[in-house]
Amino acid sequence: MREPSFVERHLRVLFPLPAILFIALLMIFPILYTLALSFTSWNLTSGAPLRFVGLRNFEQVLTEPRFLDAVLRTFGFTIFAVLIEAVLGTAIALILNRAFIGKGLAKLLLLLPLVATPVAVGIVFNLFYDPTIGLANYVLSTFGLPQGLWVSDATSVIPSLIIVDVWQWTPMITLIVLAGLAGLSEEPFEAARVDGATQWQVLRHVTIPMVMPTILTAVILRLIDALKTFDIIFAMTGGGPGYASETLNIMGFKYSFEYFRMGQASVILIALFFFVLLCSLGIMKLRSSAEN
Amino acid sequence: MKKMLASTVVLMSSLGLSTGAWAQGKEIRVLLANHPYGELLKTAIPEFEKQSGIKVNFESLQEGQLTTKLTTEFATKSSSVDVFMTRPLQEGKMFNKNGWYEPLKSYDFSDYPKPVMSVAAAGSTPYLVPLVTEWQVLYYRKDLLQAAGLAVPKTLVELEGAAKKLNTDGVAGFASRGKGAAAVTQLSSYIYGYGGLYLDKGVAVFDQPAAIDALRYYGKILGNYGPKGVTSMSWENIMPLFQAGKVAMWTDASVFYGQIVDPAKTQIPAANVGIADLPAGPKAQSPFLVTSWGIAVANQSKNKEAALKFLDWASSKELATKGMLASITMARSSVWKDPKVLEAVNPGLVATSIFAAKNGNAFDRPYMSAVGEARDQIGELIIESINTKGESANLAAMAKDKAARVNALLKDAGEYGQP
Repeated sequence: MREPSFVERHLRVLFPLPAILFIALLMIFPILYTLALSFTSWNLTSGAPLRFVGLRNFEQVLTEPRFLDAVLRTFGFTIFAVLIEAVLGTAIALILNRAFIGKGLAKLLLLLPLVATPVAVGIVFNLFYDPTIGLANYVLSTFGLPQGLWVSDATSVIPSLIIVDVWQWTPMITLIVLAGLAGLSEEPFEAARVDGATQWQVLRHVTIPMVMPTILTAVILRLIDALKTFDIIFAMTGGGPGYASETLNIMGFKYSFEYFRMGQASVILIALFFFVLLCSLGIMKLRSSAEN
Repeated sequence: MKKMLASTVVLMSSLGLSTGAWAQGKEIRVLLANHPYGELLKTAIPEFEKQSGIKVNFESLQEGQLTTKLTTEFATKSSSVDVFMTRPLQEGKMFNKNGWYEPLKSYDFSDYPKPVMSVAAAGSTPYLVPLVTEWQVLYYRKDLLQAAGLAVPKTLVELEGAAKKLNTDGVAGFASRGKGAAAVTQLSSYIYGYGGLYLDKGVAVFDQPAAIDALRYYGKILGNYGPKGVTSMSWENIMPLFQAGKVAMWTDASVFYGQIVDPAKTQIPAANVGIADLPAGPKAQSPFLVTSWGIAVANQSKNKEAALKFLDWASSKELATKGMLASITMARSSVWKDPKVLEAVNPGLVATSIFAAKNGNAFDRPYMSAVGEARDQIGELIIESINTKGESANLAAMAKDKAARVNALLKDAGEYGQP
């Protein structure tokens, strides 16, 4: 009998090797490297060589009021955006789940925001929001409503950005929930109808609980993404006016590529990573309890 | 099988080596800015390739991205960039400190005015060639001023009066950048007009009364007569408003003149657009006149000979003349004396340039390595002042805090107290 070749003997290692290498090189290494940088004094404006400074960067960044504001803002933006998207997305999915004329077209139109490039979306919305020559204020004024400053004002900038995020990402929730709805078995619905449940009762006590794990999956995906939102905010406001729309990601970018404080920027990004991890773990737990 | 693999490796590596050797001196990588002069270079590069036999691989990037890309490539020592366009006031000090510029010892700098050279050299060793200059001017609508019976404002007091009179529901009386860090450069000339400075001999002095007065003036005129949402506006937001006829007067850099009189881009007739010197403040009339772009050779370049050749060509008098004819205001003095060129350039642009060359200040921002962060700090003061229409009770205390922060940055970088 022929002896098994090297490849045959090591199949168990060789087959997953590309994936492991990929994860190690492109995911684990950058995270560890960023963590290592966060303990150094790397600052390009000083021209001084890199030095180990222990926890000094953490101390400086974590006590900076601007950082704390950015943390709250990141969560505020994420929670409101994802909440609105989840409710709207599920509602639209429930509507689209019935048969009606033009359903195909409605689904297609719904997909359009998803495939648009965020930076292009940002630029278009900026034109739309412009306080002097923008369409938004024009429409408001034709109805005799007070005009807004939208992204130009510190108090309205985050809600205005949430509107853009909702516009772009609600369809994703809809799509996932639609897939979940399509997979539900018919029997519980029939049983409920036989028992004389109203449409609202069916929705409230049968449909929603059954589709809940899917909704939560969609919410996890959105949540992780929303915490890391960069493109829309950067393209539309760059974190302004002042720091009024500066989320952790934007602050990390500014610290690294405008201030060149690489060590401190790493602290900000590690913090963001930690928050994302924490949120995903929390929601995954919630999801497994919803499934049971 | 093994043998074949080995020979392939040898073959591949030798091929790699030989193309590497061939590329030396024959092929260079150039990073250009998305700036009219970068565009001009792009179209002229095939000509250079033909005369020199050097192949030029170029990329164009928006200014912020250009800095980011250069910084990451140089800092990680992985760069293959040979020549690049660079902003002396924004990144010059930091790049030089990190040793990223190749010293230019043999270049002939006799055609460049002294103030222009002050930001192109460390001590007596130049490290970049100045390309483009710009200075602050007042753009105004001749028709609106005339209709209101106003003369072109000569002082900041007159400017405020005119702004008040011209301000209507549909048209803002006055505009200038209000977007924090982006506004710092435009505020500078106002501070000079009030007799203040951002930095004096390497120490932050923008918390002194002169600078505070200028900040209050800037906040008052923009807060009262500026366009809506001005605290989030840089030139890219104000220019379209001016072009749409929604702004009566606007102070910004001279570089935008070409675009606001271009009939393809603007809705107001060119005849209605005026350009004038920045109005005088109570102490001085001193608009900034800065070298906004230069070009340099990378210290890490492995093709320095070819790179220097490209630098000589890209900063040559011939191309500077072409630039002037395309309304780009070049740093070389000789092109400003060429009668053929002067005939083609707008007289208002020439007049304001002469004024700025005589009275101007060579800096429009704190000249330091950590300029990005310093601009954000000063930007907070600008926003505070505009939001309160110059009345903020906190402004002086805030300025003190920000000046302390900027001084800390200067100390970190070892630049505190250095002239």
